Amino acid sequence: MSNSATLTRPILRVAIYEGKGADPLEAGSRLALIRSLLEKGYRVTRVTGASTAAQPGDNSLAVLGRFTDAQPEEAIDDTGAVKVYFRNIEGREPEEAAALVDEIRSDAGVPEPGGWKPWFPVIDYDRCTNCMQCLSFCLFDVYGVAGDGKIQVRNQDNCKTDCPACSRVCPDVAILFPKYRHGPIHGGEVNADDMRREAMKVDISALLGGDIYQALRDRSAKAKSRFSKERDEDRALKERMRCLNKLQKDLDIPAEVLSSLPSLDEIQAKAEAAKSKADAVIASSGGD
Amino acid sequence: MQPTANTASAPRILYCRCAYARVVPNKVKDAVLEALAASGADFEAVPDLCEMSARKDKHLLEIAQQGPVKIAACYPRAVRWLFSAAGAPLNNEHAEILNMREAEADDIVREILPARKSSA
Repeated sequence: MSNSATLTRPILRVAIYEGKGADPLEAGSRLALIRSLLEKGYRVTRVTGASTAAQPGDNSLAVLGRFTDAQPEEAIDDTGAVKVYFRNIEGREPEEAAALVDEIRSDAGVPEPGGWKPWFPVIDYDRCTNCMQCLSFCLFDVYGVAGDGKIQVRNQDNCKTDCPACSRVCPDVAILFPKYRHGPIHGGEVNADDMRREAMKVDISALLGGDIYQALRDRSAKAKSRFSKERDEDRALKERMRCLNKLQKDLDIPAEVLSSLPSLDEIQAKAEAAKSKADAVIASSGGD
Repeated sequence: MQPTANTASAPRILYCRCAYARVVPNKVKDAVLEALAASGADFEAVPDLCEMSARKDKHLLEIAQQGPVKIAACYPRAVRWLFSAAGAPLNNEHAEILNMREAEADDIVREILPARKSSA
């Protein structure tokens, strides 16, 4: 399944009901059940009030409880939008109760949750200056421009798992990866040391031997030359490998990302398109 | 019991398991979940707030708009911008974010469950 499908598919949420008409679970069983459901990727709400807590965006809701009143197996909530499945878990072990939820999900045709590590950049707009460097840098179309001209993360599922490279080229420490190991990229507060490091930040253009766009154009022009093509091939390959190895080390880029990079021509096309888009946004905003 | 829409009472409690990464210490997230499960409090536990943000889950907007909420998750700056990215900016006055990557479990439990009584 593609990640895009992961982000738009319906989900089944679970409510553990312990209010009127149901006996409370024993604390250890409650913990084991909630933990098991979370590890399977289900959202869980513990409810002791008079409601089943149907929430906006719910498609299906499984309500588990030690019911003392008879409950229908299935019902529609009072908004008419959520199908509710009741199951009495009296006498069941937590694992059995969690398995009941799997059965409900399967019967309801809801896909299995999980399957994608949610790794993507998050922009801190208190710090972002809309410089568009991330848009120009990312080769995987993660970034886009909103209608108001602001940079935005548009395709989270295009992001390469464990690659924080765009955050390292951001001059304002405005890009977070909440699952990253170290600060401030993980979302910790930005301090003076971080800003000092930013001043010495990896210059991508320098890494690639000057203006990246000009270099790519030069290389493309040389490739068209009948005689230079053969001579330059080895050198270009070595140069590219050297640059990529340095990028990998300096920017903490996983090897899998480098192995999935687009071709040089595709990189050139993407870079030029991104630069045009960024230049247009910056020009329209008066270069602020 | 009728399957009715939720009527929120303050403060809500939201717990993120961060189930798809190993950046939140297990002992902290386990201890916080254990305390929540042993309390008499209603709470919501989600596998991963990042995933909900990427989905632009409408429930995040409901949480952001419905009064006080205590969120046990990770760095406050990350959590705030995750909500914002989902079109659900948190109200700074209503949202208290507790960082399970840095704080001790006991401190988080004290903040998230003040003066609550255990059930069962």
